[in-house]
Amino acid sequence: MDRVPILRLGDCLLVTVQVDMHDELAMALQDDLTNKIVATKARGVLIDISALEMVDSFIGRMLGNIAAMSRILDARTVVVGMQPAVAITLVELGLSLPGIRTALNVDAGLALLRRMLDTSGEGVHVD
Amino acid sequence: MSIEPTTLPVRSGEDVVKVRQAVRTLAMDLGFSLVDQTKVITAASELARNTLTYGGGGEVRIERLNEGARRHGLRLTFEDRGPGISNIDLALTDGFTTGNGLGLGLNGARKLSHEFDIWSQPGVGTRVTITRWK
Repeated sequence: MDRVPILRLGDCLLVTVQVDMHDELAMALQDDLTNKIVATKARGVLIDISALEMVDSFIGRMLGNIAAMSRILDARTVVVGMQPAVAITLVELGLSLPGIRTALNVDAGLALLRRMLDTSGEGVHVD
Repeated sequence: MSIEPTTLPVRSGEDVVKVRQAVRTLAMDLGFSLVDQTKVITAASELARNTLTYGGGGEVRIERLNEGARRHGLRLTFEDRGPGISNIDLALTDGFTTGNGLGLGLNGARKLSHEFDIWSQPGVGTRVTITRWK
């Protein structure tokens, strides 16, 4: 089966979703990421969805699950690159992605992750 | 009047992706804006997944609508012979689900469409039709 590649970037993991994901692929990504966070002791996860032409309730739920699971595994998740049309549609759909931090692009996302990790290192609770 | 309707199977996760792609192609062909394309693709994705997950699979009919020379639209009819929905009002409530989803799919598809019609009979099946005009 196809897999969405997960790249390691220092203490962070970078996922660039480049295909129109079917549900099984989205589920596999959720599992793979969780395992990879543990295996690499990653502190941050960056998910780039700039190539996604739509986010429906299933993908929205997957993003929320990844954020929740990585939080439990002591890592933070930032979703970056959402297209404006996708954001408009998500809100109209009634999905506001609670609990998910977002940034406009990979650079901004990495900077946000860095700030979140620095703050959490001082024992301050972010989220 | 409608021309060139297509019927696609909805029997696997890959079929759901193909439905999204077919809807995208037609929406682009009709000159839908990017936001409108995204809305109708997202609605199609929700309904296709419902057909697959709750209806046990089925099919979708994709039609181009032309009302006169100026009004163009896209109509999608999802049909399955699954268990049906006993309480449609409840099924249309945000947050209600009999599966493990978010319960946003059916009503979300309604919100993203200009016209929405649902027919269902327990033990017979479900048919959901949505239309989005340009």
